Amino acid sequence: MEKLNFRHSTTQALPGTRRQAIVGVVASGNLEVLLERSLPPDEFTVEIDTAIDGFGDVWEAVVADFVDRRQPGGLRITINDGGARPDTVALRLAQGARLMEAM
Amino acid sequence: MTDWRQERTARDARIARAGPHADGKVVPAAKAVDLLEAILQPGDRVCLEGDNQKQADCLARALSACDPARVHDLHMVQSGIVLPEHLDVFEQGIARRLDYSYSGPQGARIAKMLYGGQIELGAVHTYLELFARYFIDLTPNVALIAGVSADRDGNLYTGPNTEDTPTVVEATAFKNGVVVAQVNAIVDKVPRVDIPGDRIDFVVEADRPFYVEPLFTRDPAAVTETQILMAMMAIKGIYAEYGIRRLNHGIGFGTAAIELLLPTYAERLGLKGRIATHWALNPHPSLIPAIESGWVKQIHCFGSEVGMDRYIRARPDVFFTGSDGSLRSNRAFCQTAGLYACDLFIGSTLQIDLQGHSSTVTTNRVAGFGGAPNMGSDPHGRRHPSDTWMKAGREAGGEGDPALRRGRKLVVQLVETFGDKLVPAFVEKLDALELARKLKLELAPVMIYADDVTHIVTEEGIANLLLCRTLDEREQAIRGVAGYTEVGRGRDKAMVERLRQRGIIRRPEDLGIEPLDADRSLLAAKSIKDLVHWSGGLYEPPAKFRNW
Repeated sequence: MEKLNFRHSTTQALPGTRRQAIVGVVASGNLEVLLERSLPPDEFTVEIDTAIDGFGDVWEAVVADFVDRRQPGGLRITINDGGARPDTVALRLAQGARLMEAM
Repeated sequence: MTDWRQERTARDARIARAGPHADGKVVPAAKAVDLLEAILQPGDRVCLEGDNQKQADCLARALSACDPARVHDLHMVQSGIVLPEHLDVFEQGIARRLDYSYSGPQGARIAKMLYGGQIELGAVHTYLELFARYFIDLTPNVALIAGVSADRDGNLYTGPNTEDTPTVVEATAFKNGVVVAQVNAIVDKVPRVDIPGDRIDFVVEADRPFYVEPLFTRDPAAVTETQILMAMMAIKGIYAEYGIRRLNHGIGFGTAAIELLLPTYAERLGLKGRIATHWALNPHPSLIPAIESGWVKQIHCFGSEVGMDRYIRARPDVFFTGSDGSLRSNRAFCQTAGLYACDLFIGSTLQIDLQGHSSTVTTNRVAGFGGAPNMGSDPHGRRHPSDTWMKAGREAGGEGDPALRRGRKLVVQLVETFGDKLVPAFVEKLDALELARKLKLELAPVMIYADDVTHIVTEEGIANLLLCRTLDEREQAIRGVAGYTEVGRGRDKAMVERLRQRGIIRRPEDLGIEPLDADRSLLAAKSIKDLVHWSGGLYEPPAKFRNW
């Protein structure tokens, strides 16, 4: 088990007004992503609980790309990871952001 | 005076030696070892039929039970190294030299034996290449083949899994060789004659039906959302873009996902009738929903697939079937069809390097090639145009008079950036090179060469290599879809962004693909049971795929 934390400042707030969303499931090779709109509009944080140690730099890269592509200002994301591959993580983050934007 | 009939005389002697073990042409399974010991001579070239699907397993067991004092130093020339017996014969000294094509399930053991020098390797071939050599310099002295039934004259019914049999028999029977067929049953009259009896010398009634591997069955329940996303990109960014009607699919879950999205996602895009109508493909169960929805005009098959026989019999407008109603497959013809008559090959691989060379070899597994390189290559002998082929040719550009530019076959690699256990699919250097060095191979085992690959699709996007004009652009296009692998993270971000502006790299958002749609609800069938329902109960999945 490893706990990781990343904090980014963003230039924009994520569009939409939805307060909260969950995507994915806690399962081997999968992950659960909880998204909450609870931070100032230019802040973004993510806390990760992962079953697999030693991939901190990959997580950092995945999160940095997500921030780059989506500008998720205002979001606090909590991830429960069951050893998902980075592509699954990126897909879940994109899906979560789209859900939060949807209303 | 020159004796022009030495081979024929030798053949007659083999037949005469075998005579006491046979009743006419028929030999009981219990006498199979005696039969082979009588026919075979040291140093013979022997084709023991077996590929990635059906196996002449009874004859394989018999061969491995031969006395190495009598039968030794054989040169095996065969499509597949699949059964343990295929390698046992090398350990026992029955066989010494090997020319083959595919070794999927025995990949680890064959690698060990090659390293250990227990096998003298000729070459690892593609299917068509090995078949071709059967007629030039690897003609078998003896062929050991498999069929469903035969009559007492040797007329052979191969059943739906005809596969390599006609090719193997053609090369052996017409060049003074001896052909032995194992069959599941001796019958008075075969349902149809796949091989005429005068090409079969002996028929062994096997102790059990020959083994067929259900290699082409992919359980929709195991298709992931990443694979669905990639399938959406392939359909929208490649199939629709180039109007691909004639195609071949590999056997991975990615292509199964494409098959399962045709009646849903592709239908929604209005692509029915415009893409994926004519196929060189085994009867993939995952294609049933598309067939039932009227997407598919026709399919020619390399072999059959376990459980698909009743379904195929009920769909003769789609499949090639015989007068008895069952499928007629033919690997050599279907490989040729895939090579010359298809505009697209799409399949997966284990490793891709920075130029786009790909390989399924790792340092401890030698999986061989099978047929993928035949389909996954640009045939320079092609002379008929199609819109797809011409468009790809224009994108590839080139020097000289545009009126003299040939088209291009689309060869697409559909790969997830990380494979099992987070092993990256993108590498700086293929393991195949290390293997070639250790085994002192002249030619590194490359599945698909970089200059044949036109597109790479990953969960991160599509790289169109046709549009790259320099090696540097090509490398960055590949890095630009290599995700979070080291190769992907080593990209020149500014250059990748420029390639994206030029449409060389396209992301899901560039294609108007919504990540929320990458959901299992988009699959036309979500389980094997769904496929059975789609088939109206005609598809009979093998036990290992049944969980109800």
